[in-house]
Amino acid sequence: MVDVTPGSVDTIPPAEVPEVELYHPHSWWTTYVFSQDAKVIAIQYSCTAIAIGMVALVLSWLMRLQLGFPGTFDFITPEAYYQFITMHGMIMVIYLLTALFLGGFGNYLIPLMVGARDMVFPYVNMLSYWIYLLAVLVLVASFFAPGGPTGAGWTLYPPQAIMAGTPGGQDLGIVLMLFSLVLFIIGFTMGGLNYVVTVLQGRTRGMTLMRMPLTVWGIFTATVMALLAFPALFVACVMMLFDRLLETSFFMPAIVEMGEQLQHEGGSPILFQHLFWFFGHPEVYIVALPAFGIVSDLISTHARKNIFGYRMMVWAIVGIGALSFIVWAHHMYVSGMHPYFGFFFATTTLIIAIPTAIKVYNWILTLWRGDIHLTNPMLFALAFIVTFVNGGLTGLFLGNVVVDVPLSDTMFVVAHFHMVMGVAPILVIFGAIYHWYPKITGRMLNEGLGQFHFWATFLGAYLIFFPMHYLGLMGVPRRYNELGEMGLIADSAHQLNAFISIMAFIVGFAQLVFLFNLLWSIRHGKDAGGNPWRATTLEWQTPETPPAHGNFGKELPIVYRWAYDYSVPGAKQDFLPQNEPGDYGQAKGH
Amino acid sequence: MSETTMTNTTAPARPDGLRGIAADWASDQRAFKNVSWGKAMMWIFLLSDTFIFGTFLLSYMTARMSTRVPWPNPSEVFGLHVGGVSVPLLLIAIMTFVLISSSGTMALAVNYGYRRDRRKTVLLLLLTAALGATFVGMQAFEWTKLISEGVRPWGNPWGAAQFGSTFFMITGFHGTHVTIGVIFLIIVARKVWRGDYDTGARGFFTSRRGNYESVEVMGLYWHFVDLVWVFIFAFFYLW
Repeated sequence: MVDVTPGSVDTIPPAEVPEVELYHPHSWWTTYVFSQDAKVIAIQYSCTAIAIGMVALVLSWLMRLQLGFPGTFDFITPEAYYQFITMHGMIMVIYLLTALFLGGFGNYLIPLMVGARDMVFPYVNMLSYWIYLLAVLVLVASFFAPGGPTGAGWTLYPPQAIMAGTPGGQDLGIVLMLFSLVLFIIGFTMGGLNYVVTVLQGRTRGMTLMRMPLTVWGIFTATVMALLAFPALFVACVMMLFDRLLETSFFMPAIVEMGEQLQHEGGSPILFQHLFWFFGHPEVYIVALPAFGIVSDLISTHARKNIFGYRMMVWAIVGIGALSFIVWAHHMYVSGMHPYFGFFFATTTLIIAIPTAIKVYNWILTLWRGDIHLTNPMLFALAFIVTFVNGGLTGLFLGNVVVDVPLSDTMFVVAHFHMVMGVAPILVIFGAIYHWYPKITGRMLNEGLGQFHFWATFLGAYLIFFPMHYLGLMGVPRRYNELGEMGLIADSAHQLNAFISIMAFIVGFAQLVFLFNLLWSIRHGKDAGGNPWRATTLEWQTPETPPAHGNFGKELPIVYRWAYDYSVPGAKQDFLPQNEPGDYGQAKGH
Repeated sequence: MSETTMTNTTAPARPDGLRGIAADWASDQRAFKNVSWGKAMMWIFLLSDTFIFGTFLLSYMTARMSTRVPWPNPSEVFGLHVGGVSVPLLLIAIMTFVLISSSGTMALAVNYGYRRDRRKTVLLLLLTAALGATFVGMQAFEWTKLISEGVRPWGNPWGAAQFGSTFFMITGFHGTHVTIGVIFLIIVARKVWRGDYDTGARGFFTSRRGNYESVEVMGLYWHFVDLVWVFIFAFFYLW
């Protein structure tokens, strides 16, 4: 391999692309509402995602009310319970996590971290947000539609998703859900193209791919995956819309319902499952990879140590991204398939543990003998590692066919994916907000409130989801609105369920402290200065805080080193910003 | 707009072949040297769109292979009676010819665009748009004919119901792509005609200054739509 890495000042090549003039807003509307600035779009994305996420949080409370105290609340009918389940899952996975990581953090951090003035096509980027908002509104509209939202379960499996017995199945619920997903995908594609092209083609001088912060690597890889995985969901949604509205039979086999033969014949419900999970499994990593990236940066910064095995970390991200496209059928072990098929998918699933384990070891080795500052971002990052390991290990259980079959559709599965895909990424989101809030607003979040928020969330989440593993092993099925008199389930399960529900309320209310902190600190927080964490990456080196339109003032920064020059021997301070010239530190290797 | 240095004048020569690719990806600023933002974005969009069409076609193949009722014979269904003789796939052959020809005129338009020959570029772009519109028109005729013969998304007189549903869905989705292409061809033609690409007027969607590369990016999309048709033609009509 040729060594073409620019090693020092003299080899930084000149700018290849003349700077393009930015769109300058002329009015309040174009500055704050129809803004083309990625930073404003990021905040719009984040606020919308958090707002709809609160709806999903309330839905989870309603579910827990029913599960913890069955029969007490008359308004939670079985139909309503299914609607809560469905909307909670769909909102959390797609409209909150995907939108917040890629639309929120992606928009804010990519241009700043790679040293660009904005995304490559700001207008398209703006459209992306407005179409996302439209998708959210259509989704919300389904709550008010006759018959209410769909209750098909978040996986929307046909044939039940569009049949009369399912809430919203023959009403507007499922139609609005599918329509909203199609809109989301269109909107996301517009943003996603921007993120990918900005990373590939819009970096500043000296910023090689192997000098990018891992945050950017995570978001970039996740976006590429999303651009390849969402098409499957798009097609599945379109086909199911046709099944529902035009009585086609893509997914609908011949069915007798209430003694009556339906119009449909010859469709394949399994085809939907394949399409859904071809999207659905990469989706897990679309959420996880940005979290991996962000957590790497948090740990390195707050432990004042360079990330251990940077190249391995990058390749692990890319490897996980690629592998995640060939594991989807492990969600379908009980759907009925050839044993060798299951064998193949079990193998690929377990192989993913290798790059994932590399990442975990590298995080731990980064912490090893580091100068660990237990700031709020660091606490959340550490909590993430623990939670991700826990959730990941149960993934190994479920990835094996023989272990998965008895555990399928039990609370064990619920516990697993809430640990690995719910709690873990949310912890990173919190950590990331504590970390970057000072850059976004110029003020620190309150440390004390943050500590309370952390311990309440972290311990509370474990008290909610750890007992669920136990429930699952006892055989408590998921998606049942009440257990009733089941001989196989011990009485203690009911007490455990009540306990979980109470914890869910406590943890949910603890989030109000966080929201209060967010709002209060905008005005009353401690002044942050430009670089409160003494971090190396470019977003902390902007001339103004919060960064102005165009991000970097007159001259774009020139990058001389990788993102992890912390505690470099011989340097005058314990961090070297990426745009600091000089041959010391890791500048030669990266 | 402070710095306007271009690569070609100052950068050292880059290695060829695989080493060149490695060098480009290891370098700063851009992974694909000499590829503009717009062109890169179009390529990545097309990759994503490939997955959409690919998934549509795979779903169609699944339906066709797993059906227990016979699949209608495309040679008969898509045949036309001309002068008392039944010619199989006649209309489709013409449609395919028209669409492939439009790729040719598109390529010429790109070439004349880079030569700054505005008149010829506009003519060729409009010719491409006209061929595209003709294609969509013939598709509308085909749909009308099939609908009048009783083909519906939920069933048809000859066999598997999925024949009609996949046919309308896939050709409809492709036809929408062609229609959008025709609209944008006309927009690009108008821009060329007004000289927007000579003066660098700002584009509506990009809010960036335009140049003749927009014609080429438009061409990428158009060729893609043509290429997709080849696959639809092969898998739907020839199978």
